[in-house]
Amino acid sequence: MHEYSITKQIVKMADAEAQTAGGKRILEIRIAAGELSTYVDESIQMYFDIISAGTLAQGAKLVFRRIPAEFFCGQCGENFIKPKSGFECPKCGNVGSRTENEAGFYIESLEVED
Amino acid sequence: MEVRVMKGIMDANGEIAAQNREHFAERNISVVNVLASPGAGKTTLIMAICEHLRGKRKVYVVEGDISSSIDAEKLDKMGVSVIQINTGGGCHLDANMLREAISVLSPEEGSLILIENVGNLVCPAAFDLGDSFRLLVASVPEGNDKPYKYVSMFSYADAVVLSKMDLLPYIDFDMANFETGVHALAPAARNIPIYKLSCKTGEGMKSFLEWIEEA
Repeated sequence: MHEYSITKQIVKMADAEAQTAGGKRILEIRIAAGELSTYVDESIQMYFDIISAGTLAQGAKLVFRRIPAEFFCGQCGENFIKPKSGFECPKCGNVGSRTENEAGFYIESLEVED
Repeated sequence: MEVRVMKGIMDANGEIAAQNREHFAERNISVVNVLASPGAGKTTLIMAICEHLRGKRKVYVVEGDISSSIDAEKLDKMGVSVIQINTGGGCHLDANMLREAISVLSPEEGSLILIENVGNLVCPAAFDLGDSFRLLVASVPEGNDKPYKYVSMFSYADAVVLSKMDLLPYIDFDMANFETGVHALAPAARNIPIYKLSCKTGEGMKSFLEWIEEA
């Protein structure tokens, strides 16, 4: 549900960056988001189509890259990607703990028409 | 052409949160962000904290709700300084809402602010408020699987309260599984306390209230 305010921010940031770069319009916005973040890509896209109207971002394609959630096993020292359910280490079966690599949510780059 | 950006989408909220945090630190004010699903017992717990600290420390409550002022009225009746934020459908509080509430409350130096966030185990974890720490309230009837389902929220918590412990005999609640989930989501360096309590019977309240006194 909070995608609306987040999408407003995405459009605002992308529009400002494209203007600074002297671009005519934005073709693509590349977004990276942690696997455990709670944003729904489709929902952002839906709001985006409405909010971007009249900005340089109008008609741009949104491309999402998910950063996998990495866990660490204190038992055997393995770094592993969180299984679909639970937090068990695939190597030894012990419960791992979270590392903080999944926290990001940012715009990586834009493709603009010059 | 490609334009490199590499800027956080939440930076605007994060900047205001950092300003809030600085404002609180300068005035030695502790701010607890209380997070939970609807009906977990946030308001009841906050009322118990206010009652316990009456005459000991000045407490303010910031009530976040989609609509209604039911909770704020309960606290107001107790003589607690409370401000209501209605998010009007919004699923979380953000740093700017807290900043505005604080400018109205103007809390005194050394006080404690309890923020009752919107009842929701998803969205509030994405919006830093500038709080001192996050207290997640989970209740026994919700079940032991919540850390496995609401990973981002449990990762966000600094301490966990397991409420409604008086209902434990009536519910299939796997305590070991719940604790495993909570601890797996705390980064290795951080030890997450779990306070098991019942506001109704008073069970477990003493150690929790002692802990909040130190907050």
